[in-house]
Amino acid sequence: MTSSGVVIFILRRLAVAIPLLFIISFGVFALVHLAPGDPVRALLGARPSDPATLAAIRTRYHLDDPFIVQYGKWLWQVLNGDLGVSIQGNRLVTTTIKDRLGVTIYLSVMSAVLVLGLGVLLGAVAAFRRGTRLDRAVVMFGVFGISSPAFVTGIFLLYFFGALLHWFPIFGPGRGFLDRGWHLTLPAIALAVSVMAIVIKITRAAMIEELDRDYVTFARARGLSAWRITFAYVLRNALIPVVTAAGLVVVGLVAGAIYVEVTFALPGIGALTVDAVQKRDIPLIQGTTLLFSCFVVLINLAIDVIYTVIDPRIRFGRVDS
Amino acid sequence: MSVTAAGEPRPVGRLSAIPFVIIAAAIVIAVVVVCAIFGAGIAPDSAFVQRLAIGDLPPSADHLAGTDLLGRDVLSRVVYGARTALVGPIVVAAGAFAIATLLGLLSGYLGGLVDSAIMRWVDFMFALPGPLVAIVVVGVVGGGYWTAVFVLVVLFTAPDTRIVRSAVLKQRPLPYIDAARVLGISKARIVFFHILPNVLPIILAYVVLDFAFALVNLAGLSFLGLGVEPGTPDWGRMLFENRNILFSNPAALLLPAAMIILTAVSMNLIGDWLFERFAK
Repeated sequence: MTSSGVVIFILRRLAVAIPLLFIISFGVFALVHLAPGDPVRALLGARPSDPATLAAIRTRYHLDDPFIVQYGKWLWQVLNGDLGVSIQGNRLVTTTIKDRLGVTIYLSVMSAVLVLGLGVLLGAVAAFRRGTRLDRAVVMFGVFGISSPAFVTGIFLLYFFGALLHWFPIFGPGRGFLDRGWHLTLPAIALAVSVMAIVIKITRAAMIEELDRDYVTFARARGLSAWRITFAYVLRNALIPVVTAAGLVVVGLVAGAIYVEVTFALPGIGALTVDAVQKRDIPLIQGTTLLFSCFVVLINLAIDVIYTVIDPRIRFGRVDS
Repeated sequence: MSVTAAGEPRPVGRLSAIPFVIIAAAIVIAVVVVCAIFGAGIAPDSAFVQRLAIGDLPPSADHLAGTDLLGRDVLSRVVYGARTALVGPIVVAAGAFAIATLLGLLSGYLGGLVDSAIMRWVDFMFALPGPLVAIVVVGVVGGGYWTAVFVLVVLFTAPDTRIVRSAVLKQRPLPYIDAARVLGISKARIVFFHILPNVLPIILAYVVLDFAFALVNLAGLSFLGLGVEPGTPDWGRMLFENRNILFSNPAALLLPAAMIILTAVSMNLIGDWLFERFAK
């Protein structure tokens, strides 16, 4: 296997990702025209509709040009980091997003660590103790996680650990690194539970399959300890399907973050998106949607690349990806 | 879930063979269905009468789950809420699988260009953050509940198509297909009369799982204020409207929240069980 194989693979993936980004950007652009009524009105919002402002909007969004030209000019502006002006408060969309990014990143990273750490551990333990009460409890927890959306779990956590027991704060994002972690613990758990279920399910299924293989029997015959076999041999192989599911995990975290931020009233990008949607602030919706979807596409691209690195069979083309 | 030894006949069709959790889940669903159909007759009070003078009160003998900010009876609103909790998800699950079954059968059996085209579309849909698309489209286009149902049908069709297609691909190399082809049976007849009945159990199991997923998604949109009309008794909408009375009447939030989880868990359990039992 040469490194050129990897390069070709990555180029092939890029050939899929780039058109995808174009289609997404086109959809986001079309939102202006998808909104009921005149696009100028949609972009005007609650501002006074004097002729000068209306003309400014027409020029700013090139509304007098043909549709495709509008898209081209808009895309060029976006690529130059210009996402326009939010219709409420007249602030630059990019500035508003920058202000809100910190909370969302902190929350997502915290949840991702919980999802991958705890999810893989629970899945592995359940597979190792297959058929026992512990296994059934973990499987049941998984069903619960898939069925309970983050905003519902969030309300229960908020009530029991925030309002009743006072273990965690119930409002605000906190200041400084540690205090923020303290404030974001409940939101991160609420977000992690729903996404973790996928990881538990896949890890458990993959582990059960791997545990039945010959090399496990052989390792047992050599007298290796059960925990060593599980964690040093089986888990490593079982993690490959988990990496494939990482895309689902990312989509789950992004979508879940929107709901969790609203539930816990956190000033992040998710809550910003919902607020913008409720107020029909099209430029702001375009900005956050573009950010979220590009993030998902790029992460999926990164996952594909990681996948080829950890599983040589993909590089050799023996497994149909 | 007991492990049956090889060769041991699996008991089929006896009630005692159904695990206890599945019976419990079926009872939960039955209760929700009864509430959805006979809501007005079961609810202890009107779901709409406002008593602004009393406002949000904690549970009492008069109002078993208390009242919301407008003084409406929470328990009655939860009973009425069963309707939007069932109708939308049924339409989503049935609609998505009707389209997905057709696309999956075509894609899996015909292969070639049709297959590639359908699969590229599925890949594209998979790359999108579905729930975000739903929020933005429903929010910008407007139209509330039924727009949400329509968007979810489109979003759910892609993963469902992949499921049907892979089930069809498992049937293709089996001898009965070759036999049917040798007999000169038309493609359409093979697809709809020979393959479809064999993949139907898998489809039905996933329809049930889709229902649970649609319920959670629709409740989520209503929770963001984007689903049902304001004032409609709906579990998700109740979480949105009552979010500020967690301290004065926690039941107004915890009861609808519990109903969402209970219904979704029950449907997921039934779906998983159907899948293990009939589709493997």
